[in-house]
Amino acid sequence: MKPRRQAILLLLPCLLALGLLYLFPQALMFGASLGHRSAYGGVVRGLSASNYARALDPIYLKILARSFGLAFATTALCLLSAYPVAYWLGIKVTSRWRNALLVLVILPFWTSFLVRMYAWIFMLRSEGLVNLLLGKLGLPPLGLLYNDFAVMLGQVYGELPFMILPLYASLEKLDRSLLEAAADLGAGPARSLWRVTIPLTAPGIVAGCVLVFIPSLGAYLAPDLLGGARTVYIGNLIQSQFAVARDMPFGSALSFLLSLTVLALLYVFRRPLRAAQL
Amino acid sequence: MRGAVQVRGLRKLFGDLRAVDDVDLDVRPGEFLTLLGPSGCGKTTLLRLLAGFEEPDAGAILISGQDVAPLPPYRRPVNTVFQHFALFPHRSVAGNVAFGLEMGGTPAAEVPARVAKALEMVRLPGFGERRIDQLSGGQKQRVALARAVVLEPEVLLLDEPMSALDLKLRKEMQVEVKNLQERLKITFIFVTHDQDEALTMSDRIAVINQGRIEQLGAPEELYDRPRTRFVADFLAVKNLLEARVLEVAAGRVTLKTRGGVALSALDDGGYRAGADVFIGIRPERMSLAAGGENLVIGTLDDEIYLGDRTDWRVRVEGELLTVSEGAHLARGRRRGERVNVSLPPDAILRLEPSPGPTP
Repeated sequence: MKPRRQAILLLLPCLLALGLLYLFPQALMFGASLGHRSAYGGVVRGLSASNYARALDPIYLKILARSFGLAFATTALCLLSAYPVAYWLGIKVTSRWRNALLVLVILPFWTSFLVRMYAWIFMLRSEGLVNLLLGKLGLPPLGLLYNDFAVMLGQVYGELPFMILPLYASLEKLDRSLLEAAADLGAGPARSLWRVTIPLTAPGIVAGCVLVFIPSLGAYLAPDLLGGARTVYIGNLIQSQFAVARDMPFGSALSFLLSLTVLALLYVFRRPLRAAQL
Repeated sequence: MRGAVQVRGLRKLFGDLRAVDDVDLDVRPGEFLTLLGPSGCGKTTLLRLLAGFEEPDAGAILISGQDVAPLPPYRRPVNTVFQHFALFPHRSVAGNVAFGLEMGGTPAAEVPARVAKALEMVRLPGFGERRIDQLSGGQKQRVALARAVVLEPEVLLLDEPMSALDLKLRKEMQVEVKNLQERLKITFIFVTHDQDEALTMSDRIAVINQGRIEQLGAPEELYDRPRTRFVADFLAVKNLLEARVLEVAAGRVTLKTRGGVALSALDDGGYRAGADVFIGIRPERMSLAAGGENLVIGTLDDEIYLGDRTDWRVRVEGELLTVSEGAHLARGRRRGERVNVSLPPDAILRLEPSPGPTP
């Protein structure tokens, strides 16, 4: 078989899935976004950009900006807390323990994200575990739940493994003799990290950041369950358009804009992404 | 004394294995010293202890008179050329050579000139902008050398730096590294398992077996007078025999090998009548001639053609000896032929036993 035909055949399942489950719904949504809502919450076909104009209203732009803020902060916090863990796993731990510890990293995936969010609620709420302990110590309770702090905590917690794993993969591949060479040439631990380890694991850093940033931008569950009533993120806004406001055309427009934003970001960062071999 | 290395009672354990076993070693300033031994003998561990990549379990290391035990690798006055070069793939050739200068706080204005000078020294002028993955093995080797010598270390450590090169290139680099060392007058401590490489380059060679230095001396000294069975075997003394000492008299000894060959050898003072000894004879010191002392009769058993010479396997009584002969002489001989083998008494080396199995 010719390599070209073979490639098409091998890619077919993936192309079908992408086409049916991503491109086709996107096309449907784009179609809906050009119409307007009927009195009973249906879609009246049309060819108007009014939903997009509405999406650019400062109220919604503010929500988008807040979502970007959440995504940036989540990515930064995940990177800062995951790098030491991945460094330890990939470079310091002996291969005997490595696999067991990696299982611990992916263990949370065995429980539904929803259930894990409820676990956080039980820990953070006013009569929750944390405040119970504070009470025993004679300290006043803290308002830990239903605010931006709780959303960030839940989001960082949920995305952390997606940062640790690509970082681990690139650190584990790092040639140890390069670290020895850096030390041999006079670089202390900090400068060796900054001048050798981090540049050489940049592909893992880029991969982890993309894997955390994109889902965080459209985060829905953590803001919905842990966030306050007044803090809306773009994911919740879209959900509420479909489920509460029953304005599917506007929800579709918002959703389509979010997808476009993500694609634009991937395009802007295409070079480091290619270097990361994603 | 700048460039001197003193090692005292140095020990490194890996579990039960004594990788470096109470080693004492004095390296002279400006000397080219080779640590020679088979893989797993502890030579690389000894080098890594000097560089600071391993911590000793006991003993002391003094470099230029300074105890380096409390110093991490990045504070030691030594630099290393690594086995697989360990060049930084994210930096250019010049970036690699400049790395140590930047770390050492060399003024930025001086760096380019020193990098260029170092690259010239290893015959890579104008290669500064190249990427590491654009270089051949030999060029990488040179960059690794430049990166280390640009810092003008008191001692340069080289960990089997030629093992990744093909034979021809290796021979060229041997001469080049030796010349570089003579020009720079830096102490070189060179690790290899290749006896030819050691003999070509070294001022002195330390043969290492099971974590211990078994013999230390100039190349000619080791070649002519290996002290132990292990050293002899490692330096291609192909005939290693067990023998009984029958008589010691007037500077001569009479030996009978286990295979029943009677030989006369020179007494070096170490033979005791009635005792069992190991002896070694270099194949090139024997000849298939009609005359000479210790003339024995044998049968040509097998032939190993080596181009410039032929190694004959000769059956003599119960021994199978290897005799080297120049190619021009070897022509015309046939397997199964009866030959006279001459073993000059001064070619018979008395060898002390070595700890552990010989390679």
